[in-house]
Amino acid sequence: MTNPDFPASLEAFRRREEDPHKLGHRGHGSRPPSPGAGHGDTGPARKRIIVGYGFWIFLLSDIILFACFFATFAVLRGATAGGPAISQIVDTNRVAWETACLLLSSYTCGLSFAATNAKNKLWTQILLLLTGLLGLAFVVLELQEFIDLAQRGITPQRSAMLTAFFGLVGLHGVHVTIGGLWLATMMAQVQFKGFRHEMMHRLMCFNLYWHALDIVWIGIFTIVYLLAVSP
Amino acid sequence: MFGKLDWSAIPLSQPIPLITSIVVLGSMLGVLVLVTVKGWWPYLWREWITSVDHKRIGVMYGLLGMLMLIRGFADAIMMRTHQAMAIGGGGYLPPEHYNQIFSAHGTIMILFGAMPLVLAFMNYLVPLQLGVRDVAFPTFNSVGFWLTASGALLVNVSLFIGEFARTGWLPYPPLSETTYSPGVGVDYYLWAVQISGVGTLITGVNIVTTILKMRCPGMSYLRMPIFCWTALASCLLIVAAFPILTATLAMLTLDRYLDWHYFTNTAGGNPMMFVNLVWAWGHPEVYILVLPAFGIFSEIFPTFSGKPLFGYRSMVAATLFICIVSMLVWLHHFFTMGAGAAVNTFFGISSSIIAVGTGVKIYNWIFTMYGGRVRFEVPMLWSMGFIFTFIIGGLTGVLLAIPPADFLTHNSMFLVAHFHNVIVGAVVFGVFAGLEFWFPKVFGFRLHAGWGKAAFWLAFVGFWVTFTPLYVLGLQGMTRRLQHVNVPDWAPGLYISVIGVAIIALGVIAQIAQLVVSIRDRDKLRDVTGDPWDGRSLEWATASPPPFFNFAVMPNVEGEEAYWGIKRRALETQQLDPEPHYAPIEMPINSAVGIYTAFFTSVFGFAMIWHIWWVAIASLVAAFAGFVVFAWRDVHEHEVPAEEVARIDRARRATRSALLARLQHEEAAS
Repeated sequence: MTNPDFPASLEAFRRREEDPHKLGHRGHGSRPPSPGAGHGDTGPARKRIIVGYGFWIFLLSDIILFACFFATFAVLRGATAGGPAISQIVDTNRVAWETACLLLSSYTCGLSFAATNAKNKLWTQILLLLTGLLGLAFVVLELQEFIDLAQRGITPQRSAMLTAFFGLVGLHGVHVTIGGLWLATMMAQVQFKGFRHEMMHRLMCFNLYWHALDIVWIGIFTIVYLLAVSP
Repeated sequence: MFGKLDWSAIPLSQPIPLITSIVVLGSMLGVLVLVTVKGWWPYLWREWITSVDHKRIGVMYGLLGMLMLIRGFADAIMMRTHQAMAIGGGGYLPPEHYNQIFSAHGTIMILFGAMPLVLAFMNYLVPLQLGVRDVAFPTFNSVGFWLTASGALLVNVSLFIGEFARTGWLPYPPLSETTYSPGVGVDYYLWAVQISGVGTLITGVNIVTTILKMRCPGMSYLRMPIFCWTALASCLLIVAAFPILTATLAMLTLDRYLDWHYFTNTAGGNPMMFVNLVWAWGHPEVYILVLPAFGIFSEIFPTFSGKPLFGYRSMVAATLFICIVSMLVWLHHFFTMGAGAAVNTFFGISSSIIAVGTGVKIYNWIFTMYGGRVRFEVPMLWSMGFIFTFIIGGLTGVLLAIPPADFLTHNSMFLVAHFHNVIVGAVVFGVFAGLEFWFPKVFGFRLHAGWGKAAFWLAFVGFWVTFTPLYVLGLQGMTRRLQHVNVPDWAPGLYISVIGVAIIALGVIAQIAQLVVSIRDRDKLRDVTGDPWDGRSLEWATASPPPFFNFAVMPNVEGEEAYWGIKRRALETQQLDPEPHYAPIEMPINSAVGIYTAFFTSVFGFAMIWHIWWVAIASLVAAFAGFVVFAWRDVHEHEVPAEEVARIDRARRATRSALLARLQHEEAAS
């Protein structure tokens, strides 16, 4: 299956072409259901599909969790109780760096999965480590932001708007931190267990999780930060 | 060292909780001693506690739900008797205790009684009805169950150590904020419900994945039994609604623990946001409970009418219609908030429209019976009782959905009567119908019919005697949750209601008697065929109880009512299908990760409630370590050899052949 001459990213494209189920690329309309994917009356799906599918369902629920925190932020955005407004607490420079780190980590994460698909342990580990370091940089920058704000007396206890702000951004930060823990565990497992079936499934789920956090961050970046500084 | 926890947390001066605590702790200790003396621990550990078999987990969910149902019923008895004694006086429960009781009653009945019972049926039946061997994620299934049990444990610990919330079953702020509820009651509520909510979410994800990705060959969506459809709709609602609960409780927790301002009435917080969020979960929750109950009835009516379900496709459509619209009605719980005429109109109309989907179902059930050969077995009695009860409950619901009428009945006893009318009438009746129906499948023997009929009639009559007066009292202006009653005119209604509770209590006793008598006479009531009711879906194709792998060979479904087709063919050709080729089966191995996680989660919850931070952190670390160890294991499945599979399945086929021969013989004789 694997061609060691290809760089990992090309390898991923090649595998997509070879995927009999054309997952995510099947198009619409009435094609015959593909066996092993749990479609129609073809019987149970393969383990990989089941794991990925279940994790998608979990991610949807996680996104609903974020939706609630977005909604509270939208409701409480003006409730500053005489404290600072959202436009006064945003440091666009730092947020730009945070965003760059996170988006880049998503890219390296995707590359790591291409290396995983090519069963290349070294590159998988290197790219996962890079992902983790970029994630760490993001968390550190965010913590710095929170500490800076706290030193100026801007804490969640000050007003409902700040509560909603720290709640939403903090929830994402906690997710990234948990993702980091997961990532470290996965790296240890890849090192000791190699690319067994369940490891491939877990790495796939980790990828989905990490990209989902990126998508949520785009929402936070837009709704919390960009709208704060837009005139 | 121990945070807020000290000896004053034990209710030494309050006789009722103290005596209850002693009795409960005593009986728990008794059970533990019995299990130890009899040497049952290895069996329990191997076959139940660490089992990842969906059938075992389903039974444990059922047991938990039944226990909590009794606990919640004890609260109900206290509330009804207290109010009847509190006319013009103080009753026998002090206000702070009475408030805890009505809060605990609602929390326990919905989240730890009804919810585990509904999940019990989904867990047990969905894989069997889909013709597969387990759910998508068996180990997570175990984790989900044990987390729910952990939440139930915390709620019940509040009886012995500290107190429970005095805020009602949904802790509305600002009452539930630290300013007005400084004690640990609300914290018990928050952590117990949060933990069990995560467990429920895990199970929801699991069952959605199972239904959408793991159906046996030939089982297309429109060949699934209706129960699977309702389980799917219910679990989709779990996935969509439980994160809202998680978020809302997390926000209230932050308010209480860190002085944040989501819902406070200072610093710009917004208490009504809590009410909106919590009902955006709470209303779908009603349908999470009731849809599987509808599914149970939809299995029972065809079986006992000897006819396929009337309007299968319209039933599927109605189920999904209810699933979607149930997310759009939450504001009818607080029309009085003052959202304005336009908003109230929208939610009034959407609440009324949901009755259309339900109406379709009611007519389908009635038309299923029409022209059929109806057998009045116990499951059918509960189902027919349900139709009657639920229609009345639905109609009073439509009354409450009209905002101007709701302004008059908001928070009155009329409302209390209404929601008991639908939840008892549909969910509880559904659970008991399902219990009577599937008990022989689960345990291999039928339940005693006489005691079952007695239990049904007592519960049915008792229900109406209890709640009809509450409708009248509501219209007379009595509000809910009154600790003392100042209007002497309300006395007759409250007295009649107590009589009703007594009749229900007799029904509970009859139900327990039925269980005891049936276990005693189990050899007489044995179900040897695996198909005691002339069933129509795949679970009846297995032996009773089913083997741990469910199906020796995965069935190949050729139409709706999969098992009915197989049975017809056997009867027409006068023989079973030829013996299949048996192959080895891979089954997931047991795992202690569920009980391990739940143990440390319980400790974590308890430590958070009492502000014992170091224990909380230590238990989180331990839980994470447990997951890493679990992730490190190398063997996930064990193989059942083909000979073993063949041996078990041949025994099943032998009973089926014997049944066929008996039928032939009877036919020849007549």
